[in-house]
Amino acid sequence: MTTRILSFMESYGLSWFVPFFKLFSGKDPVNQLKAIFASIGVPVLAFLAFLLLWDLGAKQVETSLGTLPGPAQVMEQAENLWAEHKAELAKEDAFYARQQIRNDAKLAKDPTAEVKWRTYNGRATFIDQIFTSLITVFVGFLIASAIAIPLGILCGLNQTVYSAVNPLIQIFKPVSPLAWLPIVTMVVSAVYVSNDPAFPKSFITSAITVTLCCLWPTLINTAVGVSSIDKDLINVSRVLQLGWWRKIYKIVLPSSIPMVFTGLRLSLGVGWMVLIAAEMLAQNPGLGKFVWDEFQNGSSNSLGRIMVAVFAIGLIGYVLDRLMLSMQKMVSWDKNAILR
Amino acid sequence: MAAYLSIEQVSIEFPTPNGPFKALEDVSLKIDKGEFVSLIGHSGCGKSTVLNIVAGLHQATRGGVILDGKEVNSPGAERAVVFQNHSLLPWLSCYDNVRLAVDTVFGKTMDKQERHDWTMHNLKLVHMEHAARKRPNEISGGMKQRIGIARALAMKPKVLLMDEPFGALDALTRAHLQDSLMEIQTDLNNTVIMITHDVDEAVLLSDRIVMMTNGPAATIGEVLHVDLARPRERLELADQADYNHYRAEVLTFLHKRHKHPAAA
Repeated sequence: MTTRILSFMESYGLSWFVPFFKLFSGKDPVNQLKAIFASIGVPVLAFLAFLLLWDLGAKQVETSLGTLPGPAQVMEQAENLWAEHKAELAKEDAFYARQQIRNDAKLAKDPTAEVKWRTYNGRATFIDQIFTSLITVFVGFLIASAIAIPLGILCGLNQTVYSAVNPLIQIFKPVSPLAWLPIVTMVVSAVYVSNDPAFPKSFITSAITVTLCCLWPTLINTAVGVSSIDKDLINVSRVLQLGWWRKIYKIVLPSSIPMVFTGLRLSLGVGWMVLIAAEMLAQNPGLGKFVWDEFQNGSSNSLGRIMVAVFAIGLIGYVLDRLMLSMQKMVSWDKNAILR
Repeated sequence: MAAYLSIEQVSIEFPTPNGPFKALEDVSLKIDKGEFVSLIGHSGCGKSTVLNIVAGLHQATRGGVILDGKEVNSPGAERAVVFQNHSLLPWLSCYDNVRLAVDTVFGKTMDKQERHDWTMHNLKLVHMEHAARKRPNEISGGMKQRIGIARALAMKPKVLLMDEPFGALDALTRAHLQDSLMEIQTDLNNTVIMITHDVDEAVLLSDRIVMMTNGPAATIGEVLHVDLARPRERLELADQADYNHYRAEVLTFLHKRHKHPAAA
C-alpha cells in the first residue's frame, strides 16, 4: 500500500511530498528530515534571502508614487485585494437577496405582476480578473493546440508538408504579441460583428493573440516527435497494413506523446506570458488590464498592487506548468523517463 | 508446378549522392510450401534487403516476387515479419501487441472472443502467457523476441520472414528460442525465410541454406540442402558427421570463397 502511494506520488508530480509521507509513516526519520531540508529547506532559505535583499533594495528607490514597495507592503496589498474581493462578494449577495425579497413581495401582492431580474454589475475584483485571464489563456491555448497538433502530425509524417510549412513557422515564431495585437484587433472588429456578442471583443482579441503566439512550440515539437518515430515501428504498421487513422492512433500518437507534451508545456508558458501583454492592450478584464489600470491609477498603493499581480502571474504560471507535467506523466507510457 | 514462393531475378539499386548503388543482382530463389530457408552471408551483403523485398517494404528495381500465384508489391499481413530488434510497441502490453495484429488481420472474420482466444493461443505457443499483461520494457530481450514471434504467427502468414531474429540475444537464450521455434515449426509447418549470420543456427533450423556472395551487386552464391532428420536435437547433432559436414560447407563458403572484404 505504502509503495503504491509513493509510486503514485512520484508519477503524478508530487515527489516533493514523498519524504513527508515517509516521515509520517515513521521510516528512517533522520534521512527523511535531511531529504526535506534538501528539497524544501534550501529553496525556502533562498527565498527568505531574496525577500531580505528586496526589502533592503526597495527602500533605496524613490518613485513619483512613493518608495518602491517591499515585501511587507506587497503582503498588505495582497490582503487588501482579498478583502475587496470578499466585500464585493458580500455586496453581490446582498443585492440578490434584496432583489429576491422585492420581487417576492411583488408576486405575493399580484401573481401576474411582471418582475425584473437584474444581474449584478459590480466591479471585477482581482480574483475575478485572475479567472478571466485563466479562461482567456485556456481558450487561446486550446485553439492553438487544436491547430498545432494535427498540423504537426502532418508535418512530421510528410516531408513535403514540412517543407511547405517550415518557412512560415520560422517567420512567425519570433513575432511579439504586441505586433499581432493591432492586426487581430482590427480583424476581430471587422469580422466579429454581432448586436449581442456571446463573448466581448477584447476577450476574442486576447485569446487569438495568445493562439498566434503559442502555436509554434507545439507545432515544432509535434513535428519533430512524429518524424523521429522508430522506423521499425512504421514498418510494423506497414506489415500490419494499419489504416491511416489506426496508424496515427495506435503508433504515431503514443510514440510522439512525450514530444507533443513538451511542446504543449512550452506553448502554455508562452501563452500565459503573452496574455498579460495582450490583455493590457486589448483591455480584456484580466490580470493584464489590472496591471495597466493600477499603473494609470497611480495611487501610492499601485506599485504594491502591481507587485501582487506579478507574484500571482508567476505562481499561476508555475502551477500551470506543474499541471501540464503531471498530465504528461499520466499519459506517458514510458514511466521511467525523467521529466522535469 | 510453380513454386509457392518465387523470387525472380530480383535486382535493386539505391540512389546515393555518388550515383545508384546496386545492392542485389539477379537473385532468384524458389521456395516450397512448408520449407524453412535460411539466408546467410556476411554483413552488408544484402540479406536483409532480400527479406525486405519479399516483405514488400522495399521495391525491387528489376524482377519481382510471386507468392502463391500473386505478385508482391506492398507490405501485407500474409508475409509477417519478425524484426531483429523485436519492434514491439512499448506503450502496449505484450497481449495488446499481439492483439493489435490479430484485430487488424482478423477484425472482420473473428468475433471478439475468438480474437482473444487466438491471441492467448499464440502467446501460449511461445510460452509467454504469463507475461501477457506486462509491457515490453518489463521483460527480457529473449521474451520480447518471443512476443515478436507470437505477433507474427498470430497473423497466420503464408510465409514467415525473420530478420536475424535471435541476433541480439545471448547464446543460451538464442538456443532456447531456436528450440521453441523448431517445436512450433513441427506443429505449424510454416514456410519460413530466416536471415542469420550464425552457421549453427542455419544448419540446425533449415531445410535449405542459401549462401550469398558479398555486395555490392550481391547474389546467391550456393544453395545447400540440409538433409537431417527432424526432429533435430542439438546435442545429438553435435556428434553427427552429417551435421559437421554441413557446417563445414557453410563455413568454407563464408570464409574461403567469399571472405568478407573488410576482413581480407
